Amino acid sequence: MKLIREFEERCLEMAIAGEIIGGIHPYIGQEAVAVGVCSNLTERDFITSTHRGHGHVLAKGADPRRLLAELLGTLEGFNKGRGGSMHAADIELGILGANGIVGAGGAIGTGAAWVAKDRGSSDVVISFFGDGAMSQGVLLEAFNLAAIWSLPVLFVCENNMYATSLKVESGLAGNAARRAEGFGLVARTVDGMDVESVASTAGELIERCRENKGPAFLECSTYRFFEHHSILEQLGVGFRDPDEIASWRKRDPILSLGKQLSDAAVAEIDEDVKGKIDEAVDFARNAAPPDPKDALMYLYSGEVAVRPGVIL
Amino acid sequence: MSDLQSVSLPGYVRALNRALHAEMAADDSVFVIGEDVRVGASGVTAGLVPQFGTERVLDTPLSEQSFTSFGTGAAMVGRRPVIEFQISSLLYLVFEQIVNQAHKFSLMTGGQVHVPVTYMVSGSGSRCGWAGQHSDSPYSLLAHAGIKTLVPSRPEDAYGLLRSAVRDPDPVAVFAPSALMEAADVADSGEEEVVPLGEANVLREGDDLTVVAVGQHVGTALEVAESLADQVEVEVIDPRTVYPFDWQRLGKSVNKTGRLVVIDDSNRMCGLGAEIIATAAEEFDLLAPPKRVSRPDGAVIPYALALDQELVSGTERLTKAIRAALM
Repeated sequence: MKLIREFEERCLEMAIAGEIIGGIHPYIGQEAVAVGVCSNLTERDFITSTHRGHGHVLAKGADPRRLLAELLGTLEGFNKGRGGSMHAADIELGILGANGIVGAGGAIGTGAAWVAKDRGSSDVVISFFGDGAMSQGVLLEAFNLAAIWSLPVLFVCENNMYATSLKVESGLAGNAARRAEGFGLVARTVDGMDVESVASTAGELIERCRENKGPAFLECSTYRFFEHHSILEQLGVGFRDPDEIASWRKRDPILSLGKQLSDAAVAEIDEDVKGKIDEAVDFARNAAPPDPKDALMYLYSGEVAVRPGVIL
Repeated sequence: MSDLQSVSLPGYVRALNRALHAEMAADDSVFVIGEDVRVGASGVTAGLVPQFGTERVLDTPLSEQSFTSFGTGAAMVGRRPVIEFQISSLLYLVFEQIVNQAHKFSLMTGGQVHVPVTYMVSGSGSRCGWAGQHSDSPYSLLAHAGIKTLVPSRPEDAYGLLRSAVRDPDPVAVFAPSALMEAADVADSGEEEVVPLGEANVLREGDDLTVVAVGQHVGTALEVAESLADQVEVEVIDPRTVYPFDWQRLGKSVNKTGRLVVIDDSNRMCGLGAEIIATAAEEFDLLAPPKRVSRPDGAVIPYALALDQELVSGTERLTKAIRAALM
């Protein structure tokens, strides 16, 4: 959690400074969800992530150096500088991509889950999304597909109470978990600021998936401490009540967990994390930029030649 | 091949059906998914279940968006889905899933992953009386977005191109025109050749004028070329793959004839014909202004048969265009 926090805080600084060109959607505050869920996974399991995906990607085990190198648009990034923050993917680690379209990962993950089941493996797919995605038709269709085919996918709704600026009560009719139950999914709601609670409930649901008992749904009540996107921090635009933010900050999952550890242990973790992030920053800043003439490299897998679009 | 159910299928459909049987037999990672695919309502997937089982032929609920991205997810982790859309307009529902998701993963991940999905679009174009929402030919839209897009005009191409599509590492859309799928007089040659993507076919040679014809209009073009044979030698080119387009073959032909007419089933504005003519104007040696035969701008096919047929081009308009291009 501390690694995600430190990574994101550095990213936020670098985004506001313009070093991360497209900015970021900060995950700060929601770390307990990614870490709690992913603590139950192996390298063979898959995740699909969101536009607010750094936490998921790091929790699944991705190298922070290569993630930051991707955010700086360099060849050392996972995506060789072609994806950036919203598309970070490490396929070898089962990270099927952060995704710039809200709710899009659910159906993609469902397809991967069908393959995992069809192979006879006990691998599972975790599909992360926010409360805003609950209003996307494709995600609800994916719940239905996963349920009728009894697929090993855990849908994780990070209910951070806002879809950009829209409050959850203005965007979500009914209740997220009850909706999932309507599709026949086993659904639980947990305190997303409590990593142990997330880990144990996610663990039970993931175990059900591994035992072929069908898909499940986990709603994590959480909160992002910063605004939707770094550009809003840059512009000083806020949509939310400062008292509301302050009250959630009191429930900071990292501080809560830290209270259970000795000061020495906390200091050791902090130092270790700081070292890793410093190293990531150095690595990313020194990484090679892509060659502009390769702008459409990887568009196709084979030999399809792309015609030049500008006639000189 | 135990495709007894497919023997009575029209020739073009039977060729597609044979291609699916062949690819599924050749590669265990291929599976078919879509609406009514187990019963093979369109004919294209007929007889697959007895041979390959229900684990490889998946009937879906009517959830185009999710089963399209389901195919993307399955493809990203090693399978080769063939997704059937029985109505071409369903592509409008899944533009996001094809264009913004499946197509973009290769580049966006820096080549970490490929998405070898085939979108089998059965029944593209006017179906005479199926009206506005079942009669479009949206291949220009997919080509514009960069999706490899095929429109086979003959059963042997339908067979050979569908096989190439399934083997291709990227998303590929195969449009099967209704007019060909429903034609009883189109015979399946039984050919087993795999046709590579991106290679046009010269179906008739001629020195005076080049006609590029797509899908069912290839037949129209050959008929018109024959009817004008005593006056003009028309060369008929079937691109077969509309994206990537075989510009080299077209250039060779146009540089020889100096005159060009395009006939296809796109709407005129920003349609495939516009691209072919623009490229020819920029790059080839034209002796006269080229002509397009297409649907009108932004056309919606009306229900009444006379109105439907008015908007779908045929021999008369192509003949007129050829005469105009010869002036």
